[in-house]
Order: sequence, then C-alpha cells, then structure tokens
Amino acid sequence: MRGGLRRARDVSLAAACLVALSACGTRGVRTHLGEPYPAKLSAWHLFVGNPAALKPNAGVIPYDLNTPLFSDYATKYRFVWMPPGTSATYSDTDAFTFPAGAILAKTFAYPDADRGGRQRIIETRLLVRGTSGWATLPYVWNREQTDATLDVAADPTTVHWVHPSGKRYNIDYVVPNTNQCKGCHDVSKTVTPIGPKARNLNKDFDYPEGRFNQLAYWTKIGYLKGAPPPAQAPKLAVWNDPASGSLDARARAYLEINCAHCHNPRGPANTTGLYLLAAQTDPMRMGFCKVPVSAGQGSGNLLFDVVGGKPEESILVHRMESVTPKIMMPELGRSVVHQEGLALIREWIAAMHGSCVARPGTL
Amino acid sequence: MTKTAAAAFAVLSLTLWVSCAKKEAGLTAGPNFQKDFQEALINAKSGAVIELPEGRLDLDRGLSLSVDNVTIRGAGIDKTILSFKNQKSGPAGLTVTSNGFTIQDLAIEDTKGDALKINGANGVTVQRVRTEWTGGPSTSNGSYGIYPVQCKNVLIEESVSIGAADAGIYVGQSSNIIVRRSRAEANVAGIEIENSQFADVYDNKSMHNTGGILVFNLPDLPVKTGGNTRVFNNQILENNTQNFGAKGSMVAKVPTGTGVIVLATNHVEVFKNTIKDNNTANVSVISYFTTGNPINDASYYPFPEAIYIHDNIISGGGTQPAGEYADALAPVAGKPLPAILFDGVVNPKKLVGKRLPDELRICLQNNGDATFMNYDAGGKFKHISRDAKPYDCSLPALSAVNLPSPAPGTPAGGN
Repeated sequence: MRGGLRRARDVSLAAACLVALSACGTRGVRTHLGEPYPAKLSAWHLFVGNPAALKPNAGVIPYDLNTPLFSDYATKYRFVWMPPGTSATYSDTDAFTFPAGAILAKTFAYPDADRGGRQRIIETRLLVRGTSGWATLPYVWNREQTDATLDVAADPTTVHWVHPSGKRYNIDYVVPNTNQCKGCHDVSKTVTPIGPKARNLNKDFDYPEGRFNQLAYWTKIGYLKGAPPPAQAPKLAVWNDPASGSLDARARAYLEINCAHCHNPRGPANTTGLYLLAAQTDPMRMGFCKVPVSAGQGSGNLLFDVVGGKPEESILVHRMESVTPKIMMPELGRSVVHQEGLALIREWIAAMHGSCVARPGTL
Repeated sequence: MTKTAAAAFAVLSLTLWVSCAKKEAGLTAGPNFQKDFQEALINAKSGAVIELPEGRLDLDRGLSLSVDNVTIRGAGIDKTILSFKNQKSGPAGLTVTSNGFTIQDLAIEDTKGDALKINGANGVTVQRVRTEWTGGPSTSNGSYGIYPVQCKNVLIEESVSIGAADAGIYVGQSSNIIVRRSRAEANVAGIEIENSQFADVYDNKSMHNTGGILVFNLPDLPVKTGGNTRVFNNQILENNTQNFGAKGSMVAKVPTGTGVIVLATNHVEVFKNTIKDNNTANVSVISYFTTGNPINDASYYPFPEAIYIHDNIISGGGTQPAGEYADALAPVAGKPLPAILFDGVVNPKKLVGKRLPDELRICLQNNGDATFMNYDAGGKFKHISRDAKPYDCSLPALSAVNLPSPAPGTPAGGN
C-alpha cells in the first residue's frame, strides 16, 4: 500500500510539472533511491524521442569498454547518468564509487533475422545507486519496441540473428533475473558495478562534440573526481585488437572481463581458488597446473585448469567450448560459444610453455 | 473521516495486508510456477516463509535466493518435487547466497548441475530435503546434492541424497556443521566434509556409494584449514558402486569400495560407527601426496595428524580392492586388504625419534578384529607393516559442535 501511495504522489508531482511546464523545464532523468521502482523504463526518462532509437536525454552519457563481456553476440549500448552536481570518485583498481541516484544503463539488442536485420532491443538493465546500495533492475522490451517493462524474473525469449560469418543463430535468450544480476555484480556480497573501472573506460570515445578519452571526458563534464591524466591511469587491452596489446595482455583482458567478476578473491567463485583478474600474478591462481575443486563433470575428464602449450588439455578451454549448463563458463549470459574469444584463449595457451605433472589414479 | 471510520479503515487495511502476505507466500503448480516461485524468492522479505504445493513441479531454469532469513517449505520429502529434468539453464537447481536460510520437506530432482548450492551463508538449516538424480549413478548427473560452501552454522538433518556424480552431501570451506540422521546413497562420495572446521557427522547411513564418508583437506582453496571433525554412530555399508565421477575431479580418485577416507585433515575422530563390507578398505588415512596431484600451495599442510579411530564395528570388505594403490599392493598384500589402511606418510620434520609426538599420532583402539596395514606409500611399499601396535594410543575426545539456537538469522518462532 505504501508503494501505491508513493506512486500516486509521483503522478501528482508529474501532473504539477505538466501544469507549470515553464517551471520544470524539459523533462529530465528521474532517478529512484529505493522501492518502488517504475514498472516502465520510459518512466526514468533516460531516452528522448523514439524509445527504440535510445537517444540519450540530457546528462545521459554513452560509454564503452576496452574489452566487453561476451553476451551471445548481442550489441550493447551503455549509458551513465548522475544527479546534477554529483560525481563518481576515481579508483585505480576498483569500480568507481558512484553518488546516490546514479544510473548505469545497459541495453542488449540484435539484428533481427525475422525482420530483415532491423534491430530488435531485448532488454535494458539498470544498475541504480540507491540509499541502500545498488539495485539491479531488468527491463524487457516489448515487441513493438515502444517501451520496456520491469520483470524481476523474466521468461527466456527466442531471438534469431545472423552472424557476420553468415551463420544463423536461433537462441533462447535468457534475461537474467534480479538475483542473477547480483550473482555477477558481487564484490564481498555487495552489489557492485563491473564495467566502470579505470582500466575498462580508459579509451577514446566518439561523442557528439568530438573524440575524447572517456576518463578525461567524464572529468570534464563533472562526472568523475580524482582521475589522473589518462596516460597515467591503468588500461586493459582490447581483446581483438593486436595493436592494443600483446597476446598475453589481450587474453588476460578477455578473461578478466568475462570471468573475473566471479573468479576473484572477493567474488562469488572465490570458493574455487581460481582468480582471473588481469592483475593476478600467481600462475597457480590463474589456473596453471591447478587441479579443479568442484568442477565435477565440468572438468571434462581433464586434470588441470590450464596446461601451458596444450589448450586441448585445459579445462578453461573445455568450459568455454561448452553450452551445457553445468559445464559451460560463464554460467550465465551465454548460450552459444564465443568462437572468436575461444580462439584467443586457445592461442594464448598454445603459445605458453610448461607442463603439469600428475599421476592420474586413485587414492 | 471520523475516528471510527479511520479505525475501521486501518483494520480493513491490516486485514487486506495480512491476506495479501499469505497469498504471496502460497504458490500453485502450473505453467507459471517457475516465474512465480522465482519472483517470490526475489520479492521475499526477511522472515518470509515460502510454501510450496504438493506435487511434481517442473522447472527449466535454475532458481536463486539472496534475501536473508527466508524459509522454503514443501509438503514432504516425497510430496513436493522440484523436477529439473528439462533444465535449460542453471547451472544449479537452487542457489542461495543469503543468511538464515531454511529449507524443509521437499525434493530437488535431476538438476543439470548441483541440486542445492548455498554459498557464503551464516545459518543454514536443511531438514527433510531429498536431492536425487533419478536415473541412478551416471557421470552425467550433477555434481553435488546438498552443497553448502563457505558457510557457518550449518545443520543438515533427516535429508537424503542419491546419485550425485561428486558428493551427495558435501560441506566445503565451512565451519560449525552438523550432518545427522541423513542418508546418502549411490553417489560417488556419500557425505564429504572438505576444508571445514568443527563438523559433527552422526547417525547417518551412507551406503552403496563409491566412498561412504570423506573427510578431506585440499590445497589451492581460499579456506584451506580443515579439521576438528567427528564421524560417529554412522552406518557406512557396502560402498562398492563403481566410481562414476568425472576424471579430473578429486572424487574420481576415490577407490570403488571405500568406507571412510581421512585425507590430509587434522584432528579427526572416527568412532562408534558400523563400517561393513566396503570392498577396498573400510577405513583409509592418507596424505595428499597419495593423490598424485602436485602441491603448488606453500601454505597447505598435506599430512593427516591427530586422527583417532576407535570403538567402531568393522567387518567384511577388502575383498575386491580397486584403484592404483590397491593394484600395486595386491601382489605384496594379498586379499582381502586389511580393514584400516594408512599410507604411512608423515611429516619428517615433526618426528620425535621415529614417531609423531603423542598429540599428533594416528591412534586406533577398540575396533574389534579390524586388521590394519601401513602400506608405506612414500617408500613404494617396501616397508609394509600390519602391526597395529605402534598405533595403540588414544587422543583427547573432540568437543561436540554446538549450533546457535535458534540458528543465526532464524526468525523468532521459526523452526
């Protein structure tokens, strides 16, 4: 009932704005610091005009990452918004600390093979910094592409699209439920953004007013405090751009963004002792000659997570090659194999030397 | 509004609120069950009891809970069946990451991965829950049945686990644990306590697994100090199911026909159990070196110490030894293998004269006619000894595990 009352008040506020339009000005982004959250994505006013065009409202800034998470080949659009006059605080190592009310929006879309390759937006996930931490809010777009509805436990949706290679994909796209969002966005059991870290954002981006480094741009518009000049900030390689870093740097960047949100000492997969942050220096922690602990059949009858020089003997590769729920890694957000990412990790392991010694056998 | 009307309105609101709360908690079978149940798990408030209906409830995606102090309650261990036979994504059946979790009176069947995984919770109560792979032992079954990991204050009782391709009831990297009055059958490992401190495992029946009860301490994990585990009053019978664990998994190394294994764990007391007809060894005490795996972890301690095995009823077994060691032993040891096997590997730095200090010894007492062998794994079986006299000693009894009552986070008036 409280929710209902509050919603009613919001409506009356909105009505007041309509009556006194000159006082309120154009409709700005409307954030929410706690429940209840709007049922419709449009209520946040993140975008203006045709909803499916994702044209950002004032203060809603697009961004991207050096190396992104693979999400079944979906096209992803990322935006950040912060309440006027507030800013995030820079960190060299961790996700930036965001002010109350900040919104991170990530939209997932495909060229729809059933509609001549026209883009179909599937979902927009919001991470909203509230008074008691980050809320994870998955909004699922309607077929008409006019709006999206908050659905904390959405059903899968069938998507058809064609990969540039010509391969046609038919997948049951799984929109993560709220808990699954938390399952990845988890640092010491606290919901935390993954992407907005210095090393991911430290790259140029084409803004309407020109090409700028994202850290510098965020600083310039007041969205970021405490950042050093970009040249002094950490930077991950671009996984598929050899000009951006060595094979090792690119593979490590790929593993960090695809695996290390769980596989780090403060993440949900710390139970395994396999840590895949790019900054990890202990080879055993990165999986070299490390025997699996709780992989079960995920081990694929292989003995070690990574065997230098031998991708075909490395459990890491086996689990990237699989789409079977208990074998595949990551566990969520993927239903097809990322062939290009897999090729990178194979190449990385093949280029390494070393062997692991074990007597297969019994106790 | 008059005062009376306001009061009446308040009463009415309260009534409505109460009935709404009840309605949210009660779920019904049908095509929307998956979504309704998951939504209930997400929207639950601390203290909520989510009641599940009787019947077979089909699910095709893994479920998850992250709200503290929630109880999930079915209508009975064989009455409310969450079937994941057609699971498409997961990987687990139910994954719980919140404190004060209670689950009662239901079954979780045929999950692709683990059945019930509870990660990092303080306060876990599992009562009358069955996890089962209904097709019998198969490498393609999920890994773990009931699986708390990095938890504190764990109670598992009157529960059943069948068919896990790794361990049926598995408690890992946890502390303060009771597993009692439960049954583990046809798993690779029946009950496994791994890298955990302060565990009591008693009044259980572990039978027809590959290995009955395992107390393990493994390297390369964030929590690597296991110990203070008591295994008592259990029936550990005929654990002779051919090992069907995936090669590469630790349990794949468990020889078919193993009753109890203590691996590289310190302060373990195994007593008053009935351990019968396990065809490789009824009881085995080994160091991590015997696994053949490399040790890359400098802070890991690979030796079993302060192991006290006493007052058990041990009979039969050893007649069909399996595994690499048993094969190598067969020509020198003959059949049946002795009932209690020790690999003989001790930390040379700790030896005082030729043996471990009193408080760290392997002690065997009052195990009836149970035979013994130190098979000198470190010396490639050169100095096999069947003499149990050097092990005739006792150690102070370990203290019982006490769980906070009510379990942390359990709502007042909860079970």
